[in-house]
Amino acid sequence: MVADFRMPSLGADMEAGTVVEWRVAPGDVVRRGDVVVVIETEKATIEAEVFVDGVVDQLVVEVGQEAEVGALLATLTASGEEASLTLTETPTAAPAPLTPARPAPSAVDARPRHVTHSPLVRHLAEQAHLDLVAVDGTGAGGALTRRDVERAIADRGYADPHARAAPPVAFGGEPGRVKASPLARRRAAALGIDLKHVTGTGPEGAVVTADLVGVTPSTDQGASPAVASRHRPAADASFRRRVALGNLMARSKREIPHYYLSTTVEVGGPWDRLREANERRPVAGRVLPAAVLLWATAQAAAEVPVMNGHWVDGVFVPGDAVHLGVAISLRGGGLVAPSLRDAERCSVAELMVRLRDLVGRARTGALRTSELSDPTITVTNLGDQGVESVFGVIYPPQVALVGFGTVVERPWAVDGMLAVRPVLTATLSADHRASDGHDGARFLTLLAHHLQEPELP
Amino acid sequence: MNQADARTVVLEVLAGIAPEIDGTDLDPDAELGVELDLDSMDFLNLVDGVSARVGRDIPEHDYPHLTTLAAFGAYLASPPAV
Repeated sequence: MVADFRMPSLGADMEAGTVVEWRVAPGDVVRRGDVVVVIETEKATIEAEVFVDGVVDQLVVEVGQEAEVGALLATLTASGEEASLTLTETPTAAPAPLTPARPAPSAVDARPRHVTHSPLVRHLAEQAHLDLVAVDGTGAGGALTRRDVERAIADRGYADPHARAAPPVAFGGEPGRVKASPLARRRAAALGIDLKHVTGTGPEGAVVTADLVGVTPSTDQGASPAVASRHRPAADASFRRRVALGNLMARSKREIPHYYLSTTVEVGGPWDRLREANERRPVAGRVLPAAVLLWATAQAAAEVPVMNGHWVDGVFVPGDAVHLGVAISLRGGGLVAPSLRDAERCSVAELMVRLRDLVGRARTGALRTSELSDPTITVTNLGDQGVESVFGVIYPPQVALVGFGTVVERPWAVDGMLAVRPVLTATLSADHRASDGHDGARFLTLLAHHLQEPELP
Repeated sequence: MNQADARTVVLEVLAGIAPEIDGTDLDPDAELGVELDLDSMDFLNLVDGVSARVGRDIPEHDYPHLTTLAAFGAYLASPPAV
């Protein structure tokens, strides 16, 4: 039975992704959990897995093309009883219809397997006044593809065949208007860049987002010299991640009534024990303090469920387990927060192994779909950067974020006497819609308690 | 192993961790943590990689000797403490 593999949603803020590499070809046998495609999103490059066994029929989206969340990426013949399932883990909606405000060059080849035509196909046909009844579909089950429509339009002489790389809707063609992709136009407007001064490298010389990187905003449109564009894909990916993160954080601050708590934890005992344990171990088996912090957070999150979950449509939905988000800074700028699933069931040593693997793959761009689906609570650890405390911004739709600063030596009262001890500041940013300060205080107190008593290997 | 060889090993391992660092242009006295922006996970990977390459355990209590490329090289060039 035929099943669809669609662009997975990797978080509330993801709108589209670009296929970077297919790991399978038509005819390949795949098993549940196999990585079939590498997708670049604004957040990161990720490896997407299939969730049933089957055989690959057709790859619908080519390498280099962008597709919206929910767009068809490939068709498979699924084996066994799971055949009727969609192959992505999270059921996702069909691509949103194109609207004038958000014309998406992203729905390329998105072809839902419905009797009705995809929004893109309908939109293209409407633009060209094409009657779809007269067009032969080459897609599975006779469905119309973008190519079919473009071919039909080209046959009538309406479309430039060289423009095939991008849907005609993506690049405005009004006289006197600089050609640019909608995204590039919006971004240029936001940055104060005059498109007239940018050299386009897209289809027909259209300005695409990559062309905006490094361009100086015009202060005086008349006097500013033409600025040569620079092609820096890496810088552009980092720029896109910055924009995506900025949007998400702005949404968080707009929608979430944050409250903040802080506590100072004396960590002399546990850190000494960690050091002793590490002295007995080869380098590869050593545990970083970060793993202890994650372990303590996961334990506390499991004990105070109101900190662990999502705020969805006005209600708090507790997580089924602690999927612990870890904010990881990327070289060259940017941040990803993939998750360690079922973290509350892991020992400190297990979390260390998983953290090391996760950080390595986050920084080389090989995260998995399952790791980027929304965590239930996130930790940010700025200890290595030398700051004492961090009051973070909650990642929607989560309801709490835990922050750790660096370990510093401070005067500390012990049994009525003053001593110098290593201390650490743990903070909680929490969503007041989901919890109160009372819950937050309980959470931080439990976290501090667990920090004192880590199960070390 | 002399200091030059030791530095080469460190730089080669470093290239896999922080590809944007230009080894030929690196100030040997630059602080690995602050100036090269290596966090504790990067540093663990660096020590792990170097340790495997030179076949020598590098205990955690020696980390304070490994703050710069020059110091790391000098450490590897000296015989291990018994």
